[in-house]
Amino acid sequence: MSIKGKAYIAGIYEHPTRLALGKTLPQLHAELAKGALADAGLSKDDIDAYYCAGDAPGMGGIDMIEYMGLNNVRQIDSTETGGSSYVLHVNHAAQAIATGHCKVALITLAGRPAADAQEGARFRGGGETPSAAGFEASFRPTIVNMYAMCAQRHMYEYGTTSEQLAWIKVAASHHAQHNEHALRREVVTVEDVVNSPLIASPLHRYDCCVITDGGGAVIVVAPEIMKKLKRPAVKILGAGEAPKHLMGGKVDLTYSGARWSGPKAFEEAGVNQKDIKYASIYDSFTITVLETLEDLGFCEKGKGGKFVSDGNLISGVGKLPFNTDGGGLCSNHPGNRGGMTKVLEAVRQVRGEAHPKVQVPNCDIALAHGTGGLLGSRMGSATVILGNQDS
Amino acid sequence: MSETKAKVRAPKVNHETKAFWEATAKGKLNVGKCDECGEHYYYPRPLCPFCFSDKTRLAECTGNGVIYSYSVNSGKEPYTIAYVTLAEGPTILTNIVECDFAKLAIGQKVKVVFYDTGEGNAMPMFTVA
Ligand SMILES: [Zn+2]
Repeated sequence: MSIKGKAYIAGIYEHPTRLALGKTLPQLHAELAKGALADAGLSKDDIDAYYCAGDAPGMGGIDMIEYMGLNNVRQIDSTETGGSSYVLHVNHAAQAIATGHCKVALITLAGRPAADAQEGARFRGGGETPSAAGFEASFRPTIVNMYAMCAQRHMYEYGTTSEQLAWIKVAASHHAQHNEHALRREVVTVEDVVNSPLIASPLHRYDCCVITDGGGAVIVVAPEIMKKLKRPAVKILGAGEAPKHLMGGKVDLTYSGARWSGPKAFEEAGVNQKDIKYASIYDSFTITVLETLEDLGFCEKGKGGKFVSDGNLISGVGKLPFNTDGGGLCSNHPGNRGGMTKVLEAVRQVRGEAHPKVQVPNCDIALAHGTGGLLGSRMGSATVILGNQDS
Repeated sequence: MSETKAKVRAPKVNHETKAFWEATAKGKLNVGKCDECGEHYYYPRPLCPFCFSDKTRLAECTGNGVIYSYSVNSGKEPYTIAYVTLAEGPTILTNIVECDFAKLAIGQKVKVVFYDTGEGNAMPMFTVA
């Protein structure tokens, strides 16, 4: 039993906002749903499954289902693994469709951290693990320093340099210049990155993603629905997901859960790394991308620094075009959760609808990968592999 | 009493973690020890994270370790977060204090120092040995 060929992504929508002053969180979710439905050519009443994560207000998906007036929902999943949640949701929706539990699944993500900061509202939700709270919070972990320690250790074990990490941001910026909605569209150099201020050593400001509002939505449908629709079919070929944590004190910060989610996705899809024409890789920080690429097998463990150098991730230049929308490093990171936009750009690439300057020719197979939580402690990884109708 | 000490945030203590935090007031750093599989682990918890045995207890550490990784947080008052690998095995999240952050390195030997929280316990931090 596999999801291969049993479900399709029929609709997507990315919110154009990067600062949602005056819009509520449920409103953003609803606008995203509306946009994705319009893209698919479906109506609200067609939706029979709803997927959301911790960013959605209220209890699980219930409050949003009521708010949006969805009356035919027969599958709900609010699996929460941070920013990777939405990549997992694509897998879960495909599984539910493959087993006949639903036909049209809506997945939404929305956030307004930038507007919250300006308007004085609560910045981040979510709870703490009761046990872990006492053993960590007092040491002042931040999102940046918890990723920075991974970079520091990777440098120590494998000789990775700040300049190599910088190439990841450089590649993202080359792509972002063509995205009219990107928050930062300026092309940067390796020197710009390593000369930007240190936030938490060894990570510089340009090693970090942007903070934006906005969101995205995806609609996953059964094959018989896809046949009736006009948009290019994007087939879900395979998926994998895995948590990774501190292992009772046997800490290793040089790899992510992608070490397990990747092989599962490749196996289910029946493809290998050489078949991937485009990859959306979660880019909360440059080190996130580097470790993920190694874990997914695009290069040997420890050789990520060399792999990403010299523009190897730039569309039209390198061997593995990545994050052609500019990614979280340059375009957006709605609600501090980047998994959704990773799926969106992979769909655009397979549809042939990415910006012409960054569209990968004959992009028949693409990969999207999400990383949620903290690479430096506990996290959730999720990988999906997408293909066109002929894949 | 000192300003530095007043800034250390007290941990959230619960039934599982009470004994660990009470020991910190006496300057003792513990890890979990499983008498079934023999592993030391962190953070301490009633069931062993390796074999799920309940034959577990706290085991006092020497307080010696080496830096596994670290990051100096920029800002008005820079501070260093780190993972330190204890002589007993487990790697734990902590801060490196009372030393020149610019000279820190992975593999460097460190020893525990306790910072009073003012709430009947102390946070185990580390300084260069
Ligand atoms: Zn055990």
